[in-house]
Amino acid sequence: MKNLVIGATVLILSLGILYAGVGLEFGAPPFTDMDDYFVSHGQEQTGGNNIVTDIVFDFRGFDTLGEATVLFTAVLGAGLAFRKRREDEDYEYE
Amino acid sequence: MFFNLPFIVAALLVILGITTMLIKRNLIKMIMGLALVEAGVNLLLVSIGYRAGGIAPIFTSAPDGVMVMPTVQAMTLTNIVIGIATTALLLSFVMVIYRMYGTANAEKVRKLRG
Amino acid sequence: MNMSKIVRSAANLLFPFILVFGFYIVLHGHLTPGGGFQGGAVIATGFVLMFVAYSYDFITGRIGAESLHTTETIGLVLFIVTALVAIVFGVTFFTNWMLDVGPVLNNPVAFGPNPGDLNTAGFIPVMNLAVGIEVLGALSVIVLYMLSGTKEEI
Repeated sequence: MKNLVIGATVLILSLGILYAGVGLEFGAPPFTDMDDYFVSHGQEQTGGNNIVTDIVFDFRGFDTLGEATVLFTAVLGAGLAFRKRREDEDYEYE
Repeated sequence: MFFNLPFIVAALLVILGITTMLIKRNLIKMIMGLALVEAGVNLLLVSIGYRAGGIAPIFTSAPDGVMVMPTVQAMTLTNIVIGIATTALLLSFVMVIYRMYGTANAEKVRKLRG
Repeated sequence: MNMSKIVRSAANLLFPFILVFGFYIVLHGHLTPGGGFQGGAVIATGFVLMFVAYSYDFITGRIGAESLHTTETIGLVLFIVTALVAIVFGVTFFTNWMLDVGPVLNNPVAFGPNPGDLNTAGFIPVMNLAVGIEVLGALSVIVLYMLSGTKEEI
């Protein structure tokens, strides 16, 4: 019964995702207004030649701030998982 | 015939990842499935931004020609770094679970919890 | 446990070149393909090579997880402070304030395809450096934590 449910879920998901993948058109994106603006104005507004870096650090700076915060939090979590425990610390895992 | 082969490959990667997460019971293999889904999403994002015959969106000694879309490449960069962070955090938790329970099988761990 | 002498010699030989290549990618992030994240990942690869070649006790005796974590924190603080200084000049958070103030990193850009000048792009090189050292610290210290997890008993 459980295998049947998993198989049905995988089948439905596969059909849906494949239908979406086949329907897209490669090589001609439909909506390009924002990217056209970045390519034509990014150099004069930020001064950098690399448009991707201009977007990452200038146009979408808040995005990069959140990304750096996520990386920092992941490092904090890994450090907490492997911290050195004191001898008299009582911890129960069961 | 396969004019949109990159999208089909991205869809297949996502399907393989979700299937792996559903049918495998080892925690490490479930994380491998999650990494496959991330790879599929990255491929989808980069493929969406491609224009036929386009060059990279960098003006340093650039040849003539239309440039591909830069925003999706920036989002892919964000996605890669966040994927690395979450994968490392999940692997750390799996190591802690293995040390506490002696197994990385999800069902056995759940039975131990009662 | 140290690996063999061949591996250690090759790691010693490769490590400075990996550092130079990584910082090249970081500092030229606004001109060529690359940037803070990619260059930081390259430098972290060099650190992980040293972790693999030498033993855990040798590495923690030399560098320590605390200093790598401090490096990461310095990068994040430099990133936020560089974005916050924009408020002093009366513009909003994350505005490219170095383009209007001072002669540093402020050469005019030739629009369209050009050979590239390192002294342009306002605060983007500073941001690249900040994010570069943050990613360098973060990826190295995650690998060091996971290596320490394989060592100790429960």
